[in-house]
Amino acid sequence: MTQSYRIETGGLINRNKKISFKFNGTSYFGYEGDTLASALLANGVHLVGRSFKYHRPRGFFGAGVDEPYAVVQLYRNGETEPNIKATEQELFEGLEASSVNCWPSVNFDIGAINNFLKIFLPAGFYYKTFMWPKSFWYKIYEPFIRKAAGLGVASTKHDKERYEHKYEYCDLLIAGSGPSGLASAYSAAKNGAKVILAEDKPRYGGSLLTSDVNIGNQSGKDWADGIISELKEMPNVTVKNRSQVFGYYDHNMLVMSEKVSDHLPKTKKYHPNKRLWYIRAKEVLISSGSIERPIVFGNNDTPGVMLSSAAKEYLKVYGVLVGKKPLVFTNNDSGYESAIEFKKHGVEPIVLDSRSNPQSEIIDEAKNLGINIKNSYVVVAAQGYKKVKSADVATISEDKKTLGKIENINCDCICVSGFWTPTIHLASQSGNKTKFNEKIDAFVPGVSKQNETTLGAANGVFTLEETLKTSFEKGKELSKKITDKDNEISIPNVVEKKYSKHDKFWCVPLPKGKTYKRFLDFQNDVAVSDVEIALREGYRSIEHVKRYTTLGMATDQGKTSNLNGLQLVSEIENKVVPSVGHTTFRPPYTPISIGAIVGREVGKHSKPTRKSPIHNWHEEHNAVFVDAGVWLRPRYYKRGNETLFEASKREAKNVRTNVGVCDVTTLGKIDIKGPDAAEFLNRVYTNAWLKLPVGKARYGVMLREDGIVMDDGTTTRISENHYHMTTTTAQAANVLSHLEYYLQLVWPELNVNVVSTTEQWAGAAIAGPKSRDLLQKLFPKTDVSKEGLPFMGYVEGELFGVKARIFRISFSGELAYEVNVESDNGRFMWEKIIELGEEFQIQPYGTEALSTLRIEMGHVAGSELDGRTIPYDNALEGLLSKKKDFIGKRSLQREAFVAEDRQRIVGVIPLDKKTSIPEGSHLVKDASAPLPNKKLGHISASCWSVEHDNPFSLAILKDGKNMIGEKLFVMSPLKNKVIPVEIVSSHYVDPKGERVRS
Amino acid sequence: MLHIKCPHCGMRSQNEFSYGGDATVKRPELNKEVIDQEWDNFVYNRVSPRGKHLELWQHLSGCRQWIKVERDTATHEIFNTYKANEEIA
Repeated sequence: MTQSYRIETGGLINRNKKISFKFNGTSYFGYEGDTLASALLANGVHLVGRSFKYHRPRGFFGAGVDEPYAVVQLYRNGETEPNIKATEQELFEGLEASSVNCWPSVNFDIGAINNFLKIFLPAGFYYKTFMWPKSFWYKIYEPFIRKAAGLGVASTKHDKERYEHKYEYCDLLIAGSGPSGLASAYSAAKNGAKVILAEDKPRYGGSLLTSDVNIGNQSGKDWADGIISELKEMPNVTVKNRSQVFGYYDHNMLVMSEKVSDHLPKTKKYHPNKRLWYIRAKEVLISSGSIERPIVFGNNDTPGVMLSSAAKEYLKVYGVLVGKKPLVFTNNDSGYESAIEFKKHGVEPIVLDSRSNPQSEIIDEAKNLGINIKNSYVVVAAQGYKKVKSADVATISEDKKTLGKIENINCDCICVSGFWTPTIHLASQSGNKTKFNEKIDAFVPGVSKQNETTLGAANGVFTLEETLKTSFEKGKELSKKITDKDNEISIPNVVEKKYSKHDKFWCVPLPKGKTYKRFLDFQNDVAVSDVEIALREGYRSIEHVKRYTTLGMATDQGKTSNLNGLQLVSEIENKVVPSVGHTTFRPPYTPISIGAIVGREVGKHSKPTRKSPIHNWHEEHNAVFVDAGVWLRPRYYKRGNETLFEASKREAKNVRTNVGVCDVTTLGKIDIKGPDAAEFLNRVYTNAWLKLPVGKARYGVMLREDGIVMDDGTTTRISENHYHMTTTTAQAANVLSHLEYYLQLVWPELNVNVVSTTEQWAGAAIAGPKSRDLLQKLFPKTDVSKEGLPFMGYVEGELFGVKARIFRISFSGELAYEVNVESDNGRFMWEKIIELGEEFQIQPYGTEALSTLRIEMGHVAGSELDGRTIPYDNALEGLLSKKKDFIGKRSLQREAFVAEDRQRIVGVIPLDKKTSIPEGSHLVKDASAPLPNKKLGHISASCWSVEHDNPFSLAILKDGKNMIGEKLFVMSPLKNKVIPVEIVSSHYVDPKGERVRS
Repeated sequence: MLHIKCPHCGMRSQNEFSYGGDATVKRPELNKEVIDQEWDNFVYNRVSPRGKHLELWQHLSGCRQWIKVERDTATHEIFNTYKANEEIA
């Protein structure tokens, strides 16, 4: 294809580098520096999509972030991304893109039948129509709407790209590199302030790239280039292009998305695709410029109708003509700028100006160039379906209510200018209450809420001279406050054309007998008639009108439609625009990739992975790991083709018959020191702690203030004022915060210090009838006999030269010990245990066997201490001291907590002694009772009892105390199981606890 | 994201802190007879003011100190921060 709409010379593209790309399967080429939009337009492609509701043909409307139409599906390096604006996507070699919202193709779209049924698809159609019958919703309505709607398809594949987050602090963050951004950045930088200047486009300069102005005897663009290269040389300045500041959050925190790689065929090695910057700025200068707004007329969504400023940008930046017979429709002087550019490139434009007799320098220039100007003229309707072919035009009366005779003018594009809307999003997000400026018919920022200042066009200032002056001064003033330096800056001389007043005119009336659709919101197909319906039906608040009609919603968030929508509502309601108000601006300003928001926190990076110092040994011995909180723990050690079930049974059985060793490094450990440590423990735990002798451990339960069990564990008195507390793996962090809370805020008079030592100690639990024999071999110099180290005893020993702590505590219910050594010696300890344990048939065991052992013993753990149970529920009421107060004690008097039929832990066995019971199943009295079947309790943990060789579960059951011996049913609708069971004691093995004391 | 001045460490980002609720709640003294209403007020009942609120935060990923923060719940403005034991005028 030839680029028949590319002019011979000019533009900022690199004509020495051709780039080939594909759109909807057809190959084209453009140049380096093109966007997908400019390259397609250069090739004469105007039809790029179909509209959301009526599937009307869609072309290009803008040239940047405001684009409502040209949203495409992008294919890059084997990945696909939806919702890409063709006007923002830079061209790269091999780019492929396709239209969205059309089927089977953009040229022939079946959904376009909606266009002819449009009488049936007014505002609120979906709300009204698809309400009933209810059963149709899932089967018919929703699939239909889903297929018909949407702006592209998200990839179902894992995203191979990497995204980064970066935190930055600066004195001044400047959003936008147009004249005000450059001037304020320059004077602030000269004062030594730390400045970040962000530009969302690839090129710096904003409006200076396309405006015909002169600054300090240079063209606007040359001046901008000079400032940028000077700023880039300064060490206190960060200049970023392709970087959109999209959100203004609390306390001057702004977030910026930097497109690092989107303009490249492939992300470079070690580079992210996008980088999200969290910037905390002392001062924020918003120099985000303004966006041209359209004038509303019939069929104003036809491809070829576009913003006049976009036409100028395509010509001046990309060297592309959007048409060869352009019609410029304007209510202000901006339209003339585009007309003059066309004329300069040998194209004859016709200008329709809604004003009757405008006078200004630029209009004179246009007249002198011989441009055909028609005053008091408007476009009534565009003609053409997939592309503008002509325009119905007419004169309009001074009061803008009466149209003259309709004439038809041949044209291939209509460039429309309805004046400028300041981009106030960031200011509004910061909390600034915006105000309506009658002079420009638009909202501008009011009083600053945070440390933000809005400059230039974003503040409603449309002359360059004033913009530069205030921006230089503001940059200087704000930086001086921070750096205390005051560099003199000479403000350059500015030559620009004076503008005349714009016409307060935004919507062309319908000619008699015509029913053209006049669109307000191009992305959502919201027409004037839709807003009229919404108001007729009683919607008044602009927020409600927005949601009912979808005006200003979706990916462009109404950047080109909001103001015209407000004008319409205020006209119908006979109110002034400021009293209608605008809808809330919320971040993000423009769509941001989910990948960028997530950053590196994906998969295993979503949280830290903690490994015990013995981890490598486990790996070398075929451990299969499981996530336990943030820890990786061996679930079982696989031998041959063993399944999880077989392996855990083997490991658990070996503990019951010989000896096993389990890595318990992950248990939370808290070191507690101080003269009041005993008193503190006495308040934190439910049982008594004042009389625990040195060298002894005790099991304790701690509650929250509401009486619910928070955690359990053993605490050992190492010396007079030194305790070693253990917590469950999952609650370690919470327990530490809990202790700190009471020490710092509630009982600051207690002289106690707490610190986490979880990672200082490696732990091994040695359990089983042969564990003492093994321990004696490990510590030949230490008396670990029954008398020397009784149950709940503690001694310090030496493990082949390594200092060790030995606790006689048991989680498995067997004779058991826990040995702790400093973390660095963890693997040494473990290997010694395995080596010396060989003669006792030692086997390592994982968390699955650990669970089996504790479940059949009836020891409670996380699945019972689930934040909903009190001590009684877990058969721990024996640990509640009657003599002293403790955290949560008063709550235990609550009526529900002392109820006769209070829930309580029980054991559950299937009657057939074969069927495994799914965890989480419910217990019911009658399996065939009608739904909802009354739930009596739930299964908290299940195992295969190695002692009895049948399934065994723990359950929290209503009136559990009196239910022993009852026959109930376990129901699991998820697994579609109904199992008849018997309720037994939760202590299924060694109910008297003789083994641990043996 | 809030910017909170830890009285021990200085200005830090919110993600270093964890929220700890109303700082004006006083725990009834140990071993004191407490009527149900008083205990319920301590454990459960909280006012949820719009405007100034004195609240607890813990500088979890910093000095681990519990601090008091006077914050506007509507605007997120932070007026002052205090150490745990600091007297508040």
